Amino acid sequence: MANYFGAVAEFESAADIYKAAEKTTTAGYTRVDSHSPFAIHGMEKVLRHPPSHVGWICVVAGIAGIVLAQLMMWWMNGVDYQYVVAGKRAYDWPTTIPITFECMVLLSAFGAVFGMFGLNKLPRLNHPLFRHKTFHRASDDRFYLSVEASDPKFDQTKIVEFLESIGGKNVELLEEED
Amino acid sequence: MTSITVIDEPENPAERAPLVEGRHNFATVTETVARVAEQRTPKGWYLLFGISVAALLNLGACLAYLFWTGIGIWGNNSPAFWGWPIVNFVFWIGIGHAGTLISAILFLFRQKWRTGINRAAEAMTIFAVMAAGLFPAIHVGRIWVIYWVYPLPNQMSIWPNFKSPLVWDVFAVSTYFTVSLLFWYVGLVPDLATFRDRAARAGKLLTARIYGLFSLGWHGSNRHWLNYEKAYMILAGLSTPLVLSVHSIVSFDFAVSKLPGWHTTIFPPYFVAGAIFSGFGMVITLMVPARKWLKLHDLITLNHLDNIAKILLLTGTIVGYAYSMEFFIAWYSGSPYEQFAFINRAFGPFAWAYWIMIFCNVVVPQIFWFRSMRRNATVLFVVSIFVNIGMWFERFVIIVTTLVRDFVPANWGYFSPTVFDVLVLIGSFGLFLTLFLLFCRFLPIIALSEVKGVMPDANPHHGHDDHSPAEGEEKPMEVN
Repeated sequence: MANYFGAVAEFESAADIYKAAEKTTTAGYTRVDSHSPFAIHGMEKVLRHPPSHVGWICVVAGIAGIVLAQLMMWWMNGVDYQYVVAGKRAYDWPTTIPITFECMVLLSAFGAVFGMFGLNKLPRLNHPLFRHKTFHRASDDRFYLSVEASDPKFDQTKIVEFLESIGGKNVELLEEED
Repeated sequence: MTSITVIDEPENPAERAPLVEGRHNFATVTETVARVAEQRTPKGWYLLFGISVAALLNLGACLAYLFWTGIGIWGNNSPAFWGWPIVNFVFWIGIGHAGTLISAILFLFRQKWRTGINRAAEAMTIFAVMAAGLFPAIHVGRIWVIYWVYPLPNQMSIWPNFKSPLVWDVFAVSTYFTVSLLFWYVGLVPDLATFRDRAARAGKLLTARIYGLFSLGWHGSNRHWLNYEKAYMILAGLSTPLVLSVHSIVSFDFAVSKLPGWHTTIFPPYFVAGAIFSGFGMVITLMVPARKWLKLHDLITLNHLDNIAKILLLTGTIVGYAYSMEFFIAWYSGSPYEQFAFINRAFGPFAWAYWIMIFCNVVVPQIFWFRSMRRNATVLFVVSIFVNIGMWFERFVIIVTTLVRDFVPANWGYFSPTVFDVLVLIGSFGLFLTLFLLFCRFLPIIALSEVKGVMPDANPHHGHDDHSPAEGEEKPMEVN
């Protein structure tokens, strides 16, 4: 028996897929996702997707930036190589603010971007969804609803009927990657 | 489906102007943007690219001569040790700021019109910061030890002096470049996926593979969009204080010193306003021709140009206020050195540069009080050239007039550029334009996923668009 990734159906508009998603989750499916050329706002509510955790990664990275910048400047200028310029103290905290701020921003940005790709499990070279024959339009003007095989309610015969019954076109069962 | 708007008629002030004009659906928006990269390379592109690459090669030759001979090839000399290279540095870094303003600050303020221009403006930022970063690096004289600016272990066991604003600047500019690049790339990923899918459908396997590699396997999943939008908002939130800090720190290069004309507290906000002003000037210089040649009138509408013109008027006037406030404070301080510095600026040996600056930055943008001028692409383009020139002269006036009139009159001098100053400046434009032309040719120059997201059809509660014509039935209509 083939090892399925899930079933995918195509919809024509954001409004269509929104309604279809609502019906799918109401019918009891839990591993449901939508694929669209842009973010559809409010979709996470009907698909019951939890909010993103990118913010927390970013906070941790930002604090790390502050701590590392302060340690660096304190040790390099305050301990290891002390400059006496204009009678100022070797480690002079007000003068460390600009660099501390920049390091905080830099590491937070790394946290946001790499955290986002990490949580999304990207990059990846291929995906079972790309086997769907019209899925290339998911980045253009069509909307796709996928129900994954890991869903406890997933049944390879019923799911196709179900997706067609809620208005899905080009419904396909997709095999998992080898 | 958006309605057709006759844009010469004033819109109903109670209604927002549509962000996308003409009869567009998602597919035609994709088509409008993707055809720019997919069509045969236009002859005009080769011409412009040829000129830009020639300027870039000239930069390479100048730099080779510079590294071989030393910075004596430039006009910098006692007493003006900072000449054109630092002028060019501040000029280019300022230009970068408009891109971040559009991509981050307008995003946080929910200014949805930014979606039409943010991608190109962000690209402009990155290329401008690259051109900017070049100058301090080549200005140090001994380029082969440029790594000394970073806190890297070295054979002398010396660390950088973190109390120096020049070291702050190294961190600020490096961070700014890195974060701008990340922000731009994150925005590009869904659009690169669009290009990947189109190339794959057209059977161009190699193109699809290249776009595919850079789109990282993006497949528009809602789970991904959730993380993506959160990351995008955080990046916007980080870039907003970042962009303000970067030009503030650039101004600290001057303001933290004790020279009359530099040592003023107004410098950070004044530099930031000037940066935004110059950056929007460059946005117009690039977008007006790009809009015309690449036929993007429906996505970069006259409303966009109108909004940019308003920002130019505002920031130009802020800059004018800063110029007059500097004079007031010089008088009010009672310091004879400060007073002399400013009288010398306006009436001394570089008075010609000062009045070019005032005319270009303060007088010319006042034309934008008239609506018809804000909505005239030719007028905008001409004014933007004035703004670019004026803002270059602003940095020249600040740097050179102060340096050539030292505290000790015996040190006084005059600054004259050499031919290499001019060639390196032209070369930096070559670098900038070469990169920008490559961007226009191969990448999505308009943020597709964002433009689609602000179209009425994108709202899931918009209802069925039964009146939408079938795909392929219509061509994008050019309104003007």
